[in-house]
Amino acid sequence: MTALHVVSLACLGVFLLAVIYRFVRIARLPVHVRWELYPVAHEKGRARYGGSYFEELNWWTKPRETSVLGELRVMVPEILLLAGVRHRNRSHWYRSFPFHFGLYLVVATTLLLTVNGVIEAAGGAGFGRLLARLTAGLGYAGFGLGLLGAAALFLRRLGNPEYREFTKPTDFANLLFFTAAFAVALAAQVLFDPDFSRMRGFFAGFFGAPAPGLAPLQGLQVVLLSLLAAYVPLTHMSHFFTKYFLYHDIRWNDTPLAPGSRLEKRMQEVLELKPTWSAPHIRGDGRKTWVDVATSAPGDDAGEKGGAS
Amino acid sequence: MSYRRIKVEDLSKAVNGDVSPVRKEELKPLPPPYDRPEATPELAGLDEGARERYAADLDGTCVLNIPKPKDEAEERALVERFLSGLEKLFTKENNWTFLQPLLLSMEHCAGCHTCSESCHIYEMSGRNPIYRPAYRSEVLRRLYKRYVRKGGSLLSDFRSGRIRLNWRLVARLAELSYRCNLCRRCAQTCPIGVDNGLIAHEIRKLFSQEMGIAPKELHELGSVQQLRVGSSTGMSALVVKDNIEFIDEEMSDLTGLPVETPWDKAGADILLIHNAGEILAWPENPGAFAVIFEAAGLSWTLSSDIAAYDSINYGLFYDDVQFARTAIHHASAAKKLGVKKIVLGECGHAHKALTVIADRVLTGDLAIPRESALTTLEDIVLNGKIRVDPSRNDFPVTLHDPCNIVRNMGIVMPQRRVLEKIAPRFREMTPHGVDNYCCGGGSGFAIMSGHNFADWRNQVSGRKKLEQILLAFAGELDPETPKYVCAPCSNCKGQLRDLIAYHGLWEKHRILYGGLVELIVNCMTDVKPGFIDWEFH
Ligand code: SF4
Ligand code: SF4
Repeated sequence: MTALHVVSLACLGVFLLAVIYRFVRIARLPVHVRWELYPVAHEKGRARYGGSYFEELNWWTKPRETSVLGELRVMVPEILLLAGVRHRNRSHWYRSFPFHFGLYLVVATTLLLTVNGVIEAAGGAGFGRLLARLTAGLGYAGFGLGLLGAAALFLRRLGNPEYREFTKPTDFANLLFFTAAFAVALAAQVLFDPDFSRMRGFFAGFFGAPAPGLAPLQGLQVVLLSLLAAYVPLTHMSHFFTKYFLYHDIRWNDTPLAPGSRLEKRMQEVLELKPTWSAPHIRGDGRKTWVDVATSAPGDDAGEKGGAS
Repeated sequence: MSYRRIKVEDLSKAVNGDVSPVRKEELKPLPPPYDRPEATPELAGLDEGARERYAADLDGTCVLNIPKPKDEAEERALVERFLSGLEKLFTKENNWTFLQPLLLSMEHCAGCHTCSESCHIYEMSGRNPIYRPAYRSEVLRRLYKRYVRKGGSLLSDFRSGRIRLNWRLVARLAELSYRCNLCRRCAQTCPIGVDNGLIAHEIRKLFSQEMGIAPKELHELGSVQQLRVGSSTGMSALVVKDNIEFIDEEMSDLTGLPVETPWDKAGADILLIHNAGEILAWPENPGAFAVIFEAAGLSWTLSSDIAAYDSINYGLFYDDVQFARTAIHHASAAKKLGVKKIVLGECGHAHKALTVIADRVLTGDLAIPRESALTTLEDIVLNGKIRVDPSRNDFPVTLHDPCNIVRNMGIVMPQRRVLEKIAPRFREMTPHGVDNYCCGGGSGFAIMSGHNFADWRNQVSGRKKLEQILLAFAGELDPETPKYVCAPCSNCKGQLRDLIAYHGLWEKHRILYGGLVELIVNCMTDVKPGFIDWEFH
């Protein structure tokens, strides 16, 4: 294990911690009111046209039929191919798709290198020719597409006023970071390790195998890509996993409240929270609960109840 | 010449005139015969008196009437109250209702502008940059990062973009939250799941719940009046009963069937709640419901409890507290009568309010099942509970999809299956179903006409619907053929009424609008022919 290995592992640690932190923070937010948006992909037989169980007479008496397959049918093309952007914003997709797909390929390459590393460290022969070539091929495609996409996105944000107006200095910096990391990676591999054999060795080093040295440019490549991995979940680019909440907890969350359910209990808890909104029709004083406020008339003083029977 | 480019941080700058006024020559051209500029009226400007009194320099119209601060102290007070509300918006005590969706939308916009193309207001205004769905969101996002996440000014500028908070920005942001129909068409197209409609809704809440700033049509005359008197129309229980009795008599005369609306019938299967606006503006709609429900032999009732004879819940558009108060009244009335279910009449926002948004608020014995009238009607019409003769509806019919019923609730097919059975010349608008466009009156706009706002609604927010209607009836626009836009939603009908009158669609093309139940009664074989009154509109 070299200093480079330590840097990579530290970055991996930051990545994992950041993902877990964000995940827990979002998951622990209080339950919210329903806010679904159709089509809801798991509505069996109805997702095709955007229908819901509300179309059924006496819907609460019927079993709810949901389909995991339905969700996959939407999520897979959405994640892999950015289907929504492709359909609705083609000119942006030409830039965004190579960038994202390049990233996926780089992740796939990293995973393959890891598997190979484990095998080699365990005394095996590692990947055969075909798999080794596949790994290198995916790596080149990933760095190439990622570079193309990041540079194209950077130029669009710079050149198109519509985009420039919404682009923060940090967005430019992020795209430059990606562009630089992919460019260095591509150059380092082409110049110093065209068949990825040194990189395979470097990965085996994580698992205790004696690692051959990397060329200095490859060292820079490892540092840049590791820092990138640590940085992404700290930014708005964490959408790669928070999208889960945006889709499952909000857009597709059509679970009705069932009497006696856990959801009902969680609701009763939040109804006991004490708002402090100051407008005259609320006068939240931090002592009245949401139930008190919702069962009082506009402008009532604390405790005085309105007309609900 | 197109609109001047407006950056996010420009919203706080002092300007001569308006930040980005709507200009008629920029509006997207309509299909023939409205394709020439002179075919549509000139846009009325905002009068000078309003400009002097109110902070109204956004786009040439005004809904909130926020008084212009008179001195620095007032300016500061406006900013401080806003900041206090901004902080509360991101706490669970004050905003558990939407905190998770709001935070996720705050943290994840990629600035890809896919949402821009989906917004009818942005498109039809001729791409006024301040109407981009992501524009107002980005203003709030920068304020959130700077003042709630305490980003520090320099670092925050670098990381989250520049923004300067002053009274101008506060007043303009408030107005800007009322240039969105909350139709959520943009949210549907966002690849990440960011919801710009929700953000506009949350901005409105901040102003209402902390600062007491909301359009008077929604607040004083709307939800406050409803909770005080019983209905946002101002009708007391006594008056509404009188009106319904009158409608019953009219319906009996018109249809030849005995019609008597039951009131406060304990143990009925169904509590039907209408938008009370129908009773005053379109009495044939609650009348037609009574005809159908009686003919189908349903066990049903209306309630005369406070707020329970009016399904309106304007809180949905601007204020969680007013929302919850009203929803509780609706459910309490149903509980008191011991009905099996609440059926919501033809009102889109009432559907979403009581069925979806209130779902988790109505716990325990207030959790009375709620159903859409469209579903109830489908059962009646398709299962032969009444007899119909579709040839009585032999005229072109198209269907408007209310956003709250369709995109926000997924009730897409029942109304179509009914129309396919009773309207032989039914045709869809393009696009339709969950991809529909808002009528332009969504989120309370349909009842808002202060200053020149009606002009803005009819020329900008309603323009896409106008385009869709003209295209749906293309080739049949001659006034010989009467045509019907079926809009099963009271607010949408309010907007269509204004849109049709403003652009002369009835006089020039015999285009009429109405609900679904009117079409059903019009073709009931037990009813005297000619229920739809083409001349009275
Ligand atoms: S809201 Fe969504 S679609 Fe709109 S710019 Fe942001 S990420 Fe893109
Ligand atoms: S919610 Fe509708 S009106 Fe509002 S910005 Fe989105 S598309 Fe436009």
